[in-house]
Amino acid sequence: MSKTKKKSSRKKWTRVDGRKVDELRPITIETGVIPNADGSAYIEMGRNKIVAGVYGPREMHPKRLSKPNRGVLRCRYHMASFSVDPRRSPAPSRRDSEISMVMTDAIAPALFLERYPRSVIDVYIEIIQADGGTRCASINAAAVALADAGIPMKDLVASCAAGKYDKKIILDLGDYEDKQGDSDVPIAYLPKLNEVTLLQMEGKMTQKETEKAIEMAIEGCKQVYEIQKEALKKKYGMVDEAATAEEETPEEPIEEEQKPEEENKK
Amino acid sequence: MSNNIVSRLKRKKIQEVIATGKRMDGRELLEFRELEIKTNFLAKAEGSAEVRLGKSHVIVGVKAGVGHPFDDTPDKGVMMVSSEFTPVAHPTWEPGPPNEASIELARVVDRGIRAAEVIDMSKMCLISGEKVYLIFVDLYVLNYDGNLIDACSAGAMAALNTAEIPVYKVTKGKVELTDKTKKLKLGAQPIAITVVKIGNDLIVDPSADEEEVLDGRITITVDEKGTINAIQKRGAVGFTVDEIKKCINIAKEKTAEIRAIALASK
Repeated sequence: MSKTKKKSSRKKWTRVDGRKVDELRPITIETGVIPNADGSAYIEMGRNKIVAGVYGPREMHPKRLSKPNRGVLRCRYHMASFSVDPRRSPAPSRRDSEISMVMTDAIAPALFLERYPRSVIDVYIEIIQADGGTRCASINAAAVALADAGIPMKDLVASCAAGKYDKKIILDLGDYEDKQGDSDVPIAYLPKLNEVTLLQMEGKMTQKETEKAIEMAIEGCKQVYEIQKEALKKKYGMVDEAATAEEETPEEPIEEEQKPEEENKK
Repeated sequence: MSNNIVSRLKRKKIQEVIATGKRMDGRELLEFRELEIKTNFLAKAEGSAEVRLGKSHVIVGVKAGVGHPFDDTPDKGVMMVSSEFTPVAHPTWEPGPPNEASIELARVVDRGIRAAEVIDMSKMCLISGEKVYLIFVDLYVLNYDGNLIDACSAGAMAALNTAEIPVYKVTKGKVELTDKTKKLKLGAQPIAITVVKIGNDLIVDPSADEEEVLDGRITITVDEKGTINAIQKRGAVGFTVDEIKKCINIAKEKTAEIRAIALASK
């Protein structure tokens, strides 16, 4: 990547890897890749290679972190020492902690954590190879792994970034575009609820450009969502679109109404 | 920050009052507490600011020195923002390594300043690959009563605007300290504004109690030209695109007000 030159000519503007402005990198997702985990997924998004594993809901250790009235989602984002060039220390960095935090925020709204008092759902992410947009790819893998673990979800969480590179707003920035570009806006999105659960931005953009990038990223998320569903269908041998049991949306839209009563009883 | 145990009564009361368009301390939803910034009050720091936002109390110190550049940017100076949650600041804060909230605070403030290119790092090089200026911006929280990101962002800009760093010169390949000082040349004046969602309402400048009951928040860093430099969403809820746009509008409006105070003591 480092030797690739920025290709911008007056005649025709193309992206470094020849994609259209609103084109995602190729994504493949495989489920059930870690036999010991309750659920797992492996994603390749461009040259990102990422494994996500889910354990739980299970008893929280250390106990002081558990909550008496609800479960806790705990995501750990971690980059392998060889995932980037030059080698990085395998010790968790400040960046890793921050990404773990925002990932947890991105995924938690899709879960029914109030159903698991004193428990924890652990989501472990290992970045095997990084190529720009690892946090988005990680969220995509984590959502599929959670569904693979049979954990009821309101929706899958789909994630992808948009940003500004060479004066254009483009979708799903690769490593080079990310580093040389003007800004990057990673988004996570719950398509059925129409809510944005991850939103970060760094760089320089006007309000208009920022809003355009957010909207473009949401469109990207919708495409990712379809790929996530396909991956789950493939594992569970389902072809019929109407019966996507692996999403396990509870039939009764109960949760919100019933919760206050349950809480009052305690 | 979030000790997560707030009495239900208190939580309910705060939410109810906000739903009626008022706040517990009598403020409007989009009203800041009184913000006071005193600059250059420390003799040993190159730049300093004491920020009081309501009862939140933060000290920002800027120190400069000379050291090695990062391997991937041999011609650029180094700027680093770090934060300290001192144990005097809150009954539940304990001494120890930075927790997640502290890491996030430093990284969000850092991201705004870095993305806006406040300091032109390419002009902070002494000997390429060997010696560059190091600028440290350290945020010390002395009393916590909410909205640390906005307080620290304003304080950091106030301190950088008034900082005078020692001048070094290179003679025969050696870096020597001169007895001169110079002001930092700042390329932009980014200020972070945090918009908080409680129920269906958006408020700014949350107190500690309001932070404990918030559903989500979005911090948006905007410079004096209205360019957006950084966004950070937190909290385990989703935002609709409309809500995000509203947050950006609120931030753009409020940032002028806070910037005026931060630069008043320039």
